[in-house]
Amino acid sequence: MGDLLGLVLKRLGLGLVTLLVVSILIFFAVELLPGDIAEAVLGQSATDETLAALREQLGLDRPAIVRYFDWLGGAVVGDFGVSLVSGDRVTDAIADRFLNTLFLAAYAAVIAVPISIFLGVVVALLRNTVFDRVANVVTLTSISSPEFFLGYILILYLAVKTNAFPAIASLSGDMTFGELLHRTFLPALTLVLVVTAHMMRMTRAAIINLLASPYIEMARLKGMPPWKVIVKHALPNAWAPIINVVALNLAYLITGVVLVEVVFVYPGVGQLLVDAVSKRDFPIVQACCLIFAATFILLNLAADVGAILTNPRLRHPK
Amino acid sequence: MTKKNQILMDRLAEAARQGKISRRQFMHHSTAAGVTAVTATGLWTQHAKAQPKSGGTLRVAQHDGNTTDTHDPGVYQSNFDIGLVHSHRSFLTMINPDGSLGPDLATEWSATPDAAQWTFKLNPAATFHDGNKVTANDVVASMNYHRGEASTSAAKALLAGVTDITDNGDSVTFVLEAGNADLPWLLTDYHLCIVPANADGTANWQSGIGSGPYKIVELDFGTGCRLVRHDDWHGEGAYFDEVEVLVVNDPNARQTALVTGDVDTATLLENKTLGLLGRNPDIVVENVASGQCLTMPMHTDTAPFNIPEVRQALKLSINREELIEKIAFGAATIGNDFHHSPAQPYWPSDIPQREYDPDQAKSLLASVGMEGLTVDFSTADSITTGAVDAAVLYAEQAKASGININVVREPNDGYWSDVWLVKPWCMVLWGSRPTPDIMYTLAYSSGAAWNESRWENDGFNELLQKAKAELDDTLRAEMYRDMAMMARDDGGTVIPYFPNFIYARRSAVGRGDSLSPAWQMDGYRYASRWYFT
Repeated sequence: MGDLLGLVLKRLGLGLVTLLVVSILIFFAVELLPGDIAEAVLGQSATDETLAALREQLGLDRPAIVRYFDWLGGAVVGDFGVSLVSGDRVTDAIADRFLNTLFLAAYAAVIAVPISIFLGVVVALLRNTVFDRVANVVTLTSISSPEFFLGYILILYLAVKTNAFPAIASLSGDMTFGELLHRTFLPALTLVLVVTAHMMRMTRAAIINLLASPYIEMARLKGMPPWKVIVKHALPNAWAPIINVVALNLAYLITGVVLVEVVFVYPGVGQLLVDAVSKRDFPIVQACCLIFAATFILLNLAADVGAILTNPRLRHPK
Repeated sequence: MTKKNQILMDRLAEAARQGKISRRQFMHHSTAAGVTAVTATGLWTQHAKAQPKSGGTLRVAQHDGNTTDTHDPGVYQSNFDIGLVHSHRSFLTMINPDGSLGPDLATEWSATPDAAQWTFKLNPAATFHDGNKVTANDVVASMNYHRGEASTSAAKALLAGVTDITDNGDSVTFVLEAGNADLPWLLTDYHLCIVPANADGTANWQSGIGSGPYKIVELDFGTGCRLVRHDDWHGEGAYFDEVEVLVVNDPNARQTALVTGDVDTATLLENKTLGLLGRNPDIVVENVASGQCLTMPMHTDTAPFNIPEVRQALKLSINREELIEKIAFGAATIGNDFHHSPAQPYWPSDIPQREYDPDQAKSLLASVGMEGLTVDFSTADSITTGAVDAAVLYAEQAKASGININVVREPNDGYWSDVWLVKPWCMVLWGSRPTPDIMYTLAYSSGAAWNESRWENDGFNELLQKAKAELDDTLRAEMYRDMAMMARDDGGTVIPYFPNFIYARRSAVGRGDSLSPAWQMDGYRYASRWYFT
C-alpha cells in the first residue's frame, strides 16, 4: 500500500503544477479577449474619461504580468481576491453556487451511475436482443440531443402538460430536503439522460470484451448461469475502464452543466462563470476554472486509485 | 338596452376586469352595442375597470439578470438592476403611465425663465427604509456621485451641463451651464436614483437602502430578490405585500413559468411566440410602443455616405413594413428616419412617411453617377433578436435599387468598442430616452461623443440649442418638427422601426389604463402600480 500512497502524493504534486499552468493559461486567455472589464461594465455608455477612471480604480493600468503575480501571491496563501465587479470576496461569491452545483451533480450521479452500470450488465447479458437494441437506441438518442432540448422536452411533458414537477428549479432557503429533491428533479433527470449512454455502453463493451477470454469460457463450461459468469467473473476485471468513464462523467456533471442551469434557472456555478467571462471579471473566472481543473485532476486520480484497488495484479506488484 | 346587448356588455365588462381589452376597445365595442359614449365612459370607470386591491405576493420572471449586477447606480446596466431600482429606490421625478412627467421625491419644480436654474421642492413625507427622512443633502450626494473628475459613473455625460447643485433645506437647486428645459425629464434616468448620504457627503449606495415603494429583504444578484412593501412610502399605490423577482434569462423558461403559473408576470417575451401565447385565456400579453430605436448610422463624412443622394437612396431602399412584419412579427412602430418615437413627447404626427421606392433611389444614384453602389453594412447577433436577419432582408430589398449591401457579421464581443462609431455603417439598438432633446443631444448634435453618423448640420444644431432652453411647449414642438425634417431628409441614419416592449402577465394581475413607454413592465414601476384583481 506504500506504493499507492506514494503514487497519490506524486499525482497530487503534479496536479498542483497543472493548476499553476492552467491559471497562467486562463489569465492570458482572459487578457486576449477583446475589451476589458471597464468596457464591459460601462458598455455602450462608456466614455474615455469614465473608462480611464474605472481602470485606475480597479488597478487595470498596471501591466498584466504584475497583476498575475499579485493574484498568484494571494492564491498561494488561499486568498483568491475580490470580484472586480461587485467587490465581494471570490470565495463568498462562489461557495453557495458551487455547493448547488455539487448537489445537482450528486443527485444526478446517484441515479445515473447505478442505473447505467446495471443496464450495462443487463445489455451485455442480453446482447443483440431487442432489449439491447432498444436500450442502445434510447440512450444514444438522449446523449446525441443537446441538453437544452432534452430539458425542454421534459418541461413540456412533465411540467406544462402534467404539472408533475415545477418547470423552474429555483431554490429558497426554507425548503425541506423532500421539496428540494422534487424541485430539482427535472434538471437532475436531464443530466441523467445525458450521461447514462456513455457509462452504460462502456460497461457493456468492457464486459463483452472479456467474454471471449478463455477463463470466461471455462466458467461457462463448468455450467455457471450466464448472469453469474458476468457478475462474478467478467465484471471484476472490467472495473478499471468502467471506473474511468464514471469519473469522466462525474467531472462533466460538475463542469459542463451551464445549459441545464439556464433552462431550469438553477443557481449553479456555470452561470457565474459565464457572467464573469462576459464581464472579464478575472478573479472569478480564474477561481471557477481552477475548481473545474481540480475536479478533473482529483477525479482522474480517484479513477486511477480505483483501478489499482480493483486489480490484484496492480495492488500487489512483484 | 336589449337583452342581447346587456349580455354583450356583461362580457365586455368581464373582459375589461381581467384586463384583456383596453379602454379604447371597451369604448368601441360598447358604443357598437348601442351605449352612448358618455354612458360607456361611466361604465368603464365604475364597473369594468378592476379596483386595485391590496395584498398578495407578485412573482416576476425577470430577464437579463447577472451575477455581476450591483447596487452601484453609476454602473447600472442590466434590466434586473433597472427593474430593481424602480422598486427599491426613488427618483426626483417619474414618467407617468400616460407618458407625461410626474412627481416622485420632488413635489414641484420650477425654473428661471432661461431654464438655467431649476429648483426641486422635496416631499417632506419621504423616508428611507431605515426610517430616516430623505433630505436635500441626500439628493446632493446622490447627484454628485455621478459628477466630478474621479466619477466612474455611466451617467457622467448626462449631468455634464450641471455646474452646481445646492442644498436649500427643503429643496435643491441645479445650476446649469446653459438653459435646459428637459432637466426634470433627465432626472428620471435610471442612474440618477437617490441614495442616503454618508456623513462626509459621499453617497452610500452600498447598503442598498432606498426610499422606494419596496424594501429588499433578500437579494442574490444573478438569482433574484424578495421585497416587502415600505409602509411609509411617499407615493400612491404599492398594492402587493411582497414582490419576488426571479432571474430567468432563458426566454423559453420565462414563458413556461408564466404558462404553468410558477410566476405571475414575465418580462421580455419573444415576438415569434406572441400569437400562440395570446391564445392562452389565462395570459395577457402587453405590446407597448416604446422609444427604443433600431438605427443604421452611416458616417456622413466618409465616402460614399458623404453624398446626400446616396444617403437618401439607402433610406428609400428599405421596406420598413416588411421588416416589421418579418423581423419584429408586427410588434414595432414604423420609423421615418428621425430618432423621435411616437411614445416620446413633442412627436410630430404630420411628417409624411417615407415609403419603399427603389425607382426613385435608382434615379437619385444615377444623378450622382453612383449606379450599382456597393457598401459594407456591419451587424451582430447581440444587438437585438433577428439583427443579422434584418440586415440580410434589407440587403435583398436594396437589390431592387441596384444597390449591393454587403452584410458583415461582426463578433458580439466588443461590438460597442470595435464596430460602433468605428465602422462607417453599422446597426445599433438604442434604449428609450425620455425626450427628443436628450436623444438628439446624445447622438445627433455636433461634437457629441456618440454622434454615430458624424452628422454636422448647422441648422439642426442651432435649433437644438434654441429648443433646449425653450419653456413654451408649442414653440418647442414646432422646433422638434423642423429638426425631424432635417434629420429625415439630410441626416445619415436609416431608421426602420421602434421595437415595442413585449411582456405578459397572468390575468389575475391588474394594471392601470395605460402602461408607461419608458421601460418594460410599465416603466419598471409594476411593483407600485399593478395589483391582484
